[in-house]
Amino acid sequence: MSCQLTQEFLHAYVDGELDLARSLEVEQHMQNCQVCASAYRNQTALRSAFKDSSLYYSAPEKLEKRIRSSLRREAKSEAGRRWFDWRWFPVGVMALILVLGLVIWRTAPSLRPSGDEFIAQEMVSNHVRSLQLESHRTDVISSDQHTVKPWFDGKLDFAPPVKDFSGQGFPLLGGRLEYLNNRAVAALIYQRQKHYINLYIWPAEESNATSEVATKRQGYNLLHWTNSGMTYWAISDLNGVELHEFARLVQEAQ
Amino acid sequence: MEGQNKLASFETAVLPHLDAAYNLARWLTRNDADAEDVVQEAYLRAFRFFGGFHGEDGRAWLLGIVRNTSYTWMQQNRSAQLNTPLDDEVHDVRSDDMNPEALLLQKADAQTLRHAVEELPLEFREVLVLRELDEMSYKQIAAVADLPLGTVMSRLARARKRLQQILTSHTQTEVLS
Repeated sequence: MSCQLTQEFLHAYVDGELDLARSLEVEQHMQNCQVCASAYRNQTALRSAFKDSSLYYSAPEKLEKRIRSSLRREAKSEAGRRWFDWRWFPVGVMALILVLGLVIWRTAPSLRPSGDEFIAQEMVSNHVRSLQLESHRTDVISSDQHTVKPWFDGKLDFAPPVKDFSGQGFPLLGGRLEYLNNRAVAALIYQRQKHYINLYIWPAEESNATSEVATKRQGYNLLHWTNSGMTYWAISDLNGVELHEFARLVQEAQ
Repeated sequence: MEGQNKLASFETAVLPHLDAAYNLARWLTRNDADAEDVVQEAYLRAFRFFGGFHGEDGRAWLLGIVRNTSYTWMQQNRSAQLNTPLDDEVHDVRSDDMNPEALLLQKADAQTLRHAVEELPLEFREVLVLRELDEMSYKQIAAVADLPLGTVMSRLARARKRLQQILTSHTQTEVLS
């Protein structure tokens, strides 16, 4: 190995970074070359000078405290950033709008009277008014269903089923034309002892039959149901049981 | 990793290398207060990048960040120092002759050696500090200083050569005066 090559490898040799084969070559060369041996001694002298002279700067104690507290602050603000991440902001807004919409959609119907409640209110007013004067009660006075039914013909765009239930204790008194729920409807009036029953009939908006729903308003019993494409509302000061019996008669007659 | 958990594992893995971090920053900036600022900043950066650290060599990883932070700091505060790029292709490694340097080196006291190292160009200083004070392998130095292995070796050689020259001139002046 030449002097030039030896001195090129000398630093790696001193630093213990030279492979074994080259290290042996360097050592061999130095045994016979005073120049390179001296360069080697220079390097080891320099290394030991470094070791002896404690040139190492140790961190001041206050620096560690400073760093620890700045790290704690950083960790805290990182946790804060994670909690409020701007990337998720639009998603959050969308979710909020959706939830709000859902809440409004679910609660709004209960904030205003539903269709049925509105009709029930109309029913009660109409029923009360029809009973105030005898002349209001009926437009056509007849207990004969074959007189009442044709009377409606031409006055309505539908043919309401009319049945007399005198045999069952609910005699038909007559019929009336009424305007309810934004349309012309048939009103049939029946009697049960001293009680009057108004039965309102109009074509149902939905064709599927629904079973009876009972409500009570201002002391009046109301029953309504849908059957054979017609909506029926029965209202009376009659007790609920007997009104139900009446409703069953009407339904069975169809 | 979340909050306290991350902080705890960071403190375990990286905080023990505080002395090494300060030593490097102190040698690069050559000033106590600057070194403290640089190290604090480097620790904050390290904490932010801790997700990318996979438990290899914590010291080398931290010192790489300290080195980069020091360079950024010096660019912002005293750009003049960085304007002397080194040419690693120049081979002034060859030691010319048999010389009396070995003798002079042994006489060199700590103070003289400290000043001599401080006089070295930044690029020489950092590899020498990492090698002689942190006793890092060439591979570790390459990682910290972001250099190819061969460049680490040649820079170290040139740094030592330059250091010897500085020491020689110092001690000779002392002897003569």
